[in-house]
Amino acid sequence: MQQYLFLIPALPLLGFLVLSMAGKHLSRNLIAGIGAGSICAAALVALVLSASFLQSPPESGAYTQILWNWFLTGHLSADISLRVDALSLVFICIITFIGALIHIYSAEFMRQDRDYARFFASMNLFVCAMLTLVMADNLVLMYLGWEGVGLCSYLLIGFWYETPGNYRAANKAFVITRIGDTAMIIGLFLLFKELGTLYIPDILTKATEHFNSGSSTITLIALLLLSGGIGKSAQLPLQTWLPDAMAGPSPVSALIHAATMVTAGVYLIARMHTLFELSPTAMHITAIIGAVTLFIAGCSAMVQTDIKRILAYSTISQIGYMFLALGVGAWSAAIFHFFTHAFFKALLFLAAGAVIEVLHHEHDIFKMGGLRKKMPVIYYTFTIGAAALAALPLVTAGFFSKDQILWYAWSADGGHPLLWAIGLAGAFITALYSTRLILVVFFGEMKTTPGHLPGAAMTVPLVILAFFSVAVGWIEWPHNLLHVSLFSEHVEHALPATTLKAGLPPEIVFQLIAVGVSLFGIYSGYVLYYGESPLLMRWKQSQGLMDVRNFLFKGWKFDQLYDTLLVRPFLFITRINKADVSDKLYTAIADINLHLNKLFSVSQNGSLRWYVTGVLVGILFIITLQLLL
Amino acid sequence: MILIWMICILLAGGILCWLTAQKSVVLAKWIALLTVTADLVIACWLFRIYQAFPDNTSWFINYQTDWIPALGISFHVAMDGFSHVLLLLTFFLGILAVLCSWKEIREKTGFYFFNLLWTIAGISGVFIAMDMILFYFCWEVMLIPMYFLITIWGDARRRYAGFKFFIFTQVGSLLMLLSLLALYFIHGDQTGTYTFDYFSLLRTSTGSPVMTWIMLGFLIAFAIKLPVVPFHNWLPDAHGEAPTAGSLVLAGLLLKTGAYGIIRFVLPLFPESAAAIGPWMILLGVIGIIYGALLAFSQTDLKRLIAYTSVSHMGFVLVGIFSFSNIAMQGVVMQILTHGLSTGALFVMAGMLKERLHTRDITKMGGLWTAMPAMGGIAILFTMASAGLPALGNFIAEFFILLGTFTSHPTFSIIATLGLILSAVYSLRMMQKVFMGQQTATEPINDISARELVIMAALSISIVALGLFPQPVIDTVQHLSTIHPLLHE
Repeated sequence: MQQYLFLIPALPLLGFLVLSMAGKHLSRNLIAGIGAGSICAAALVALVLSASFLQSPPESGAYTQILWNWFLTGHLSADISLRVDALSLVFICIITFIGALIHIYSAEFMRQDRDYARFFASMNLFVCAMLTLVMADNLVLMYLGWEGVGLCSYLLIGFWYETPGNYRAANKAFVITRIGDTAMIIGLFLLFKELGTLYIPDILTKATEHFNSGSSTITLIALLLLSGGIGKSAQLPLQTWLPDAMAGPSPVSALIHAATMVTAGVYLIARMHTLFELSPTAMHITAIIGAVTLFIAGCSAMVQTDIKRILAYSTISQIGYMFLALGVGAWSAAIFHFFTHAFFKALLFLAAGAVIEVLHHEHDIFKMGGLRKKMPVIYYTFTIGAAALAALPLVTAGFFSKDQILWYAWSADGGHPLLWAIGLAGAFITALYSTRLILVVFFGEMKTTPGHLPGAAMTVPLVILAFFSVAVGWIEWPHNLLHVSLFSEHVEHALPATTLKAGLPPEIVFQLIAVGVSLFGIYSGYVLYYGESPLLMRWKQSQGLMDVRNFLFKGWKFDQLYDTLLVRPFLFITRINKADVSDKLYTAIADINLHLNKLFSVSQNGSLRWYVTGVLVGILFIITLQLLL
Repeated sequence: MILIWMICILLAGGILCWLTAQKSVVLAKWIALLTVTADLVIACWLFRIYQAFPDNTSWFINYQTDWIPALGISFHVAMDGFSHVLLLLTFFLGILAVLCSWKEIREKTGFYFFNLLWTIAGISGVFIAMDMILFYFCWEVMLIPMYFLITIWGDARRRYAGFKFFIFTQVGSLLMLLSLLALYFIHGDQTGTYTFDYFSLLRTSTGSPVMTWIMLGFLIAFAIKLPVVPFHNWLPDAHGEAPTAGSLVLAGLLLKTGAYGIIRFVLPLFPESAAAIGPWMILLGVIGIIYGALLAFSQTDLKRLIAYTSVSHMGFVLVGIFSFSNIAMQGVVMQILTHGLSTGALFVMAGMLKERLHTRDITKMGGLWTAMPAMGGIAILFTMASAGLPALGNFIAEFFILLGTFTSHPTFSIIATLGLILSAVYSLRMMQKVFMGQQTATEPINDISARELVIMAALSISIVALGLFPQPVIDTVQHLSTIHPLLHE
């Protein structure tokens, strides 16, 4: 199996090459066939790979394949080489499997678009880059994938480049993630300076010998890598690009900005877990960032009116949960939440895309309503996705993963009651806005007349994703309920097991509280948004509450803050120096010469009397000088 | 001897172009194309000689004959791996320069190609001359035809730009001439033999304080060419006004002679003074990276914008050279090659846009992706190369330079790394202003033609190949670690 690893990223790459070079000569069916076919083929290879990996795990814990030597100078070397262990396998499966479903969906969704080939070319390139990111065995190759997904994200957010808002969002996404990436590459430099290698398995083994736990260097390295993760995964304070990134087509939001790319930060931290474990400070910071982000983004999600922005803020918030889990050392819980979240969030985005399409590009949820009867498939699948997001107990995958995180937020080694409390508040908020979303979009009276309903290519992926949004939770049960933990057993081949504090209350107490909070959130949503709610009306009249609402609506005004602090000063500096101030020096030299020229050319006037006087004055001057000296 | 042939072919080709153009302009163009292609073929063929050599530290071609023996001036040309990759770049970009002038030049075509080929000949001479007077001679040969290219075939402000270019570089040349004469006499005093030969001068003992001044003479000449902030002011004007091929040769090759000069002459001839001034040069390099990027962001003239990105990218070269790190030195060579390709491509693209839209003002462009999908795709590739995206050659270069510098000068390296953010900012702005938004042009615009596609495809393939397979280049210039004692480590 090992020798076929390259096929997984190579097939999408091939799709990209064909579509980008010959795209304009191909028929739409062929484009869709190549675009979706390449990902489906990669998914099949990944399926075979997982089967062989699970049946007979490789002895070293990973499949590896070296394709070619990239560069080698001194002791700096990197290969183009792939490595698949238990952790990357989870990511590969999600990327190819969900990627394939989203590509099939897009074949119909984007059917009328002018740039059909460009869309699929960019999507295929994205999948290739994302697979490179998770399969890389050294940090330079990983950085290649890392930047590659950034490029594709930029291309796809700005896919409809004619609208100013879209390309602005694309630029914003690229630049903000670039800030994180730059921190990350500085981390790479530091890592290389300290350890002399960028090969991931070597780093992990050498780090424990080289660094003292908690030393300032390792904390710095971990924090720099964390910054890279924060940028890509849209965590505080670099989260502002993700809501705007919704300018891209809905399948893009589903694939890149929900299921895969935005979780690259989670992958990076999990991959480099040894470095983080050596630095308790960095772990705490990760947990705190996750907790604060999940709360801040959740609050913003509550008041958004654009269906995709609600989901975007919700994605930021859910990734916050993953960071929280990583920070407290609940490695497998974080990856499990990534796993379930990929299914239900992709589902929500695709279903939302279908709703938007049917309602003639209407994004405002308050102009939707009453769609339950008109589009039952979308309604049921969307509800399943929203239920998973709200962590409806036992019947949804979201419950199993979030419940784990909440439990570990208190009980794991790095846990803290406060982190747990914030997580719990987030769970309440999540349940509330999920309910709001369903009730406002699908219940009540109809405000926009629906157009054509989507065909099978769009609904079948929804149904499949809905099935998995329920079913994948059952592979990992809480220990006290049922002894099924297939997922953590698998992931713990690559990641350390979570250690618990001593002397905790029984787990069931936490679970009941979490379930209670989720249900209470759903109930609150029901009270507020089902039909006319007097409470909501009263709130709308209060000026203070509306100010808070606007503050949350604008994402806690981070954009304004950065605009004032960074963007405006930058624009100001570049504007005043457009003509390059240093040029003044040279024009001054030229001007002085011109003036001197004018000055002296006065003496060249052709008048003999002037010349004689000049000569005489000169002679007098020299004689005086001689006499004096 | 083969090296002399390569230059003679170019010189003769230039004269032939001039002569035949009176009869047939098309023939002159083909002669120009064939001449440069012949040189590229020869340069590729030299690979075989090179590979037959047991170790790549040596000068695998060395040819010397008397020129003015009374003054110790000889006709000495030699080539090592470093010169070789630079010659390959020169002829490769030379072909593209001829191709992109194919339709653009309509007046005095013969004389134009004469100047173009002589500039290329001068540049090739600079890369292989091992006698200081011969080097100086070639240095001037590349300058004067370039001056004509700018002032005759340039844009509206061509005379101003031409003068500025000439005076700036001439000041540098003069300082270099003084320095090399001083070096000549000091070496003569020390050893008794008066010679301009590079290999003999290498053995000059360099302890005395006057050496610092001599080194500065060389360094300033090369720094103006590179260009190093604050000597960069000639560059935006020259690039902006020059015809497309002129910009391509300026950005792709002429700037590289500055980097070449520092690596070939300043470091080995004056090891102590160069090491002493190193941190200051890194500082200037870092300033160049940031300052150039800030200026690039604010420009509205497409070619001036690209010119300032060159200032920023050449800052990396200066940082890399003076960090005295072996890895960074490999990065510098990569940067020389990849910047030549990527910035060259951007200039060619600017030329193509100007042919279609008759403007260089990016505020008057917009939405061109719709009319020119192929051009848009290629533009993405090269703006991303300029922004240092991995898988493209520029990333390898900048990664090596920054990584190599980090070990000795972490703070400078970190500030230089911030340049990567700025490069993304100005690259995206350029892409957005030109290709995104609503289409502003009213008349129909053609996508790229077959000839243009050949140019862009050649550049695209090269930049990707250098990004994914940089090892051959690294192997070829591995021996640069021997040019300075600090590099051995």
